[in-house]
Amino acid sequence: MTHHLAILQVVLPLIAAPICSLINHGKACWLFATTVAWLVFAMSLTLFLDVQTGGSIRYEIGGWQPPWGIEYHIDALAAFVLLLVSAMAAITLSAFQRSIAIEIPKHKQGLFYTAFLLCLTGLLGIVATGDAFNIFVFLEISSLSAYALIALGRDRRALTASFEYLIMGTIGATFILIGIGLLYMQTGTLNIADLQARIPEISHLHSVHAAFAFFTIGIFLKLALFPLHHWLPGAYAYAPSAVSTFLAATATKVALYLLYRVFYTVFGFEFSFEVLQLHYILMPLSILAIIISSLNAIFQQDVKKMLAYSSLGQIGYMTLGISLLSDVGLVASILHLFNHAFIKGALFMTMACFLFRTPSMRLDDLNGAGRTMPWVGMAFVLGGLGLIGIPLTSGFISKWFLVSAVIEQGHWWLVAIIVFSSLLALIYVWRVVEHLFFREPSAALAANKQPIGALLPFTWIVLLSTLYFGINSDFPVQAAKAAAKALQ
Amino acid sequence: MLSGLYNYWIAILLMAIGFYIVIAHNNLFTKMIGLNIFQTSIFILFISMGKVDGGTAPILSDAYTVYSNPLPHVLILTAIVVSVATTAVGLALIVNINRRYKTLDEHEIEQQELDQE
Amino acid sequence: MMLANSLYLNFAIPVIGACLIALLHQHRRAFELVFIGTAAALLWNTLRLFDLGQAAYFTNISPFSLIDSIPLAFHLEPLGLLFSGIASSLFLVTTLYAIGYMNANNEKHLARFYFCFCIAIFAVMGIAFAANLLTLFIFYEILSFSTYPLVTHKGNEAARNGGRAYLGLLLSTSIGFFLIAILWVWGSTGELDFVRDGFLQEQMPKEALIVLYTLFAFGVGKAGLMPFHRWLPSAMVAPTPVSALLHAVAVVKAGVFCVLKITVYVFGIDLLSSSGASTLIIWVATATMLLASLVALTQDNLKARLAYSTVSQLSYIVLGAALATASSIAGASMHMATHAVGKITLFFCAGAIYTAAKKTKVSELDGLAKAMPITFIAYTIAALSIIGLPPMAGSWSKWFLLDGALQAEYFWVAIAFIISTLLNMAYLLPVVARGFFAPAKDTISGIQEAPWMCLLPLSITAISCFVLFFLLQELHLFLQPLFN
Repeated sequence: MTHHLAILQVVLPLIAAPICSLINHGKACWLFATTVAWLVFAMSLTLFLDVQTGGSIRYEIGGWQPPWGIEYHIDALAAFVLLLVSAMAAITLSAFQRSIAIEIPKHKQGLFYTAFLLCLTGLLGIVATGDAFNIFVFLEISSLSAYALIALGRDRRALTASFEYLIMGTIGATFILIGIGLLYMQTGTLNIADLQARIPEISHLHSVHAAFAFFTIGIFLKLALFPLHHWLPGAYAYAPSAVSTFLAATATKVALYLLYRVFYTVFGFEFSFEVLQLHYILMPLSILAIIISSLNAIFQQDVKKMLAYSSLGQIGYMTLGISLLSDVGLVASILHLFNHAFIKGALFMTMACFLFRTPSMRLDDLNGAGRTMPWVGMAFVLGGLGLIGIPLTSGFISKWFLVSAVIEQGHWWLVAIIVFSSLLALIYVWRVVEHLFFREPSAALAANKQPIGALLPFTWIVLLSTLYFGINSDFPVQAAKAAAKALQ
Repeated sequence: MLSGLYNYWIAILLMAIGFYIVIAHNNLFTKMIGLNIFQTSIFILFISMGKVDGGTAPILSDAYTVYSNPLPHVLILTAIVVSVATTAVGLALIVNINRRYKTLDEHEIEQQELDQE
Repeated sequence: MMLANSLYLNFAIPVIGACLIALLHQHRRAFELVFIGTAAALLWNTLRLFDLGQAAYFTNISPFSLIDSIPLAFHLEPLGLLFSGIASSLFLVTTLYAIGYMNANNEKHLARFYFCFCIAIFAVMGIAFAANLLTLFIFYEILSFSTYPLVTHKGNEAARNGGRAYLGLLLSTSIGFFLIAILWVWGSTGELDFVRDGFLQEQMPKEALIVLYTLFAFGVGKAGLMPFHRWLPSAMVAPTPVSALLHAVAVVKAGVFCVLKITVYVFGIDLLSSSGASTLIIWVATATMLLASLVALTQDNLKARLAYSTVSQLSYIVLGAALATASSIAGASMHMATHAVGKITLFFCAGAIYTAAKKTKVSELDGLAKAMPITFIAYTIAALSIIGLPPMAGSWSKWFLLDGALQAEYFWVAIAFIISTLLNMAYLLPVVARGFFAPAKDTISGIQEAPWMCLLPLSITAISCFVLFFLLQELHLFLQPLFN
């Protein structure tokens, strides 16, 4: 039975989605979707433990032998990311029931959960699969459902944000498709392991170089790496709270996984970094992402948009780790992928808590909200400390590894840039803290006593896990090291 | 070179046209059309690359020995479905945008959003 | 085992105290008692740690590992014990003062205040007993964040701005310099543990050592080296008990303690004196010492004057560390104790004057000594100690520092010490002169002494300035393990 977990994990939410649309009743759909998500998490956990003890898992769909059949390949990196995605999905669904019931119109709630399950399917599928075209299919499944989810936001700007994401995301996915097509043309295979074996001997061909270029642009678009990032702030800011939380914690992380897979596994380290020298593009873009996004974040009036720009900067850290071309850098990158997902997830959850009582997420509407909602305020402070990288938070651990990796290479100017960006993070986090705690709440806010419900304890669970991983970093660090080893 | 690889040139031309339309035109609906052209060009690229000179569809018979590669067709069927779904979502968004913004012009929408800030 | 338990108890006590205060936050008398009780328990346990004696020194105790191979580790050694002794004894005194002051001035949010105070003391204990650089850094940051709510306690715009300068400067220096220095050490040597005679051997080139020491000295922003000293005067927006304990004792002493500890256990006295890595810092500290004293002269606000005085006195300790001779290190360590006792008295007096007479400026203090004799006598004793006149405690530490400067053949520094002493007189004694000898303005009628809960602590610390004079010989013996 457990032998089939690799595919079951992806198929379960896929089948659950249409069933959910048939159920079509807010609370029942929530219960159903949450149960499915926790089952998926249990499966991911089992897979992760299996991979830890027994090495990577290969599953042939329908029993057809690769490379003709499609195979699912779960190695240490994939297991790690699967665990992350399913955990965030389960937590998000469990925590946001009341929030979704309030934010989404009643007749669309069933469809919301349907789209959520489809998005989860897509994200899991990208990570689990070992076939290149399968990646494209699941990429589009997750993207399309994400467009729909984002468009359910109350503000009309959610629609245009979703449309912009649609255009840019489709271009990105299509570029990836072109890359896949060019590679297929030259190797005759779509299986990732097979591509890995065949590309070295044809790596001199222009079409392979072109495929590399298309993959690069397509992945950068999905990853929202500067300068292809413009869709992200709008999408995160105007989407419903549950969607912002889930996408912030998973969508770009899976795109990063795709980057690892394509450049380390499919094309291989030598071709990507020694022949084509991708790091000469990746490093400047990462630095620009870090600096410009952090500067942008400081001047935002809407806190969710600020968090979105902050995410762009954090993605810069992850790609910076890769561009250092060292073991420590890669570990730092994967570690930050994991840590940042939880930190950003927790922060978006605190914003969702605030949204129960404040009219909007604008800084002026949040005045004094830390005083009237102290638990939520504290949660924001602790999450913010994780973003800055203060010791005892998981953000510090990733930063430690990243700066160690940079010092190892002797790039002292880069150390200065990372330090500078941490101080920028301090500024944009503390801006919000000051509005939360140093201003008087409006009369309406002080009088509003609406209960927050299950979201608050779940926010604290995610937050405490970031603090736990900041103190006892064994699990993420070991998992990141195993994942990096699997990629080499 | 031109004559032998004309399918690729057509695909590239359509790709460029589609991409240009997406970027340069202001009307959201036109962008969707451009996106469709862009995606269609990829379909042409894939399918045309599967054609083998003198090949037929894979029919089990002694008369036919050379087959054109059926796999790209399969892939593109999936990709067409994806494209249709994308167009559907995009159009649904456009309908709603039109309802909320009363326009489909990109610049006017931007202006309305700036005013809303 | 006994060592580990006693040590962990020193951490547990303030944390338990904080939790109890949080639980009892509706009952003022209850949590005030808990606050005092916590301080008393902490002092008792710290004294027990002293009893464990030399045999317990340098044994690493590690509950778990933090990053990879780097453990969260603690150990006992003379400097740490000295620091924790100072902090815990003055903490007890401050609890009384704080309760008296906060009640007399009708301050709000008391439970939050005492809670953060306890967490700050917990951080101080962590810094005192840290056995490696990472542990030190972690507790250093905890101290910054736990004192922020204390500094911004009033919650108004002035508090907010003061808080910005405070946190901004401290975090900029700690992330920008301190963390980088730690990672540099980690990267080049693979070690972070504090070792008897330092572990940075000659393996690093001299230029690198200079930059590294400078990074550490500036990175420990709490040591107040110019130009990163600005947080100290900005933090004066805090209520006086905060200024007294935290900024005369705990926070600033944590800063100079870190500098001393890094000097002795990371670099080593021999390496520093032979390589001259600390030359730049010697000059920066000398400049800070003199400049801060000059600025203090211009400040009319009493707390601001004392703040700049603190900046200046901290540089004495940093200088002592940077000069890297046995005498200067001994002098610096002693100065930690004597300055702490002296400065806390001065701040207590400033707070008492504000509470009783609502006066904050030096120019307003004319003739006030008649109405508040005890306060002003205490101020005089403490001022004499800071200036360094025998038989007050400060004279010993200044003597050793001066000796150390001469031993290291930095004659200009010795002269700077003397000039600074003159400046100390110039900015501290006017208060005494005005209070006792100037004719009173008519606004002083009806002013009484401060409440007893404020008077008792400041009397105790003032008497300690005197008593400590006789104990410093023992302290010197206690510090011997640093030099063997």
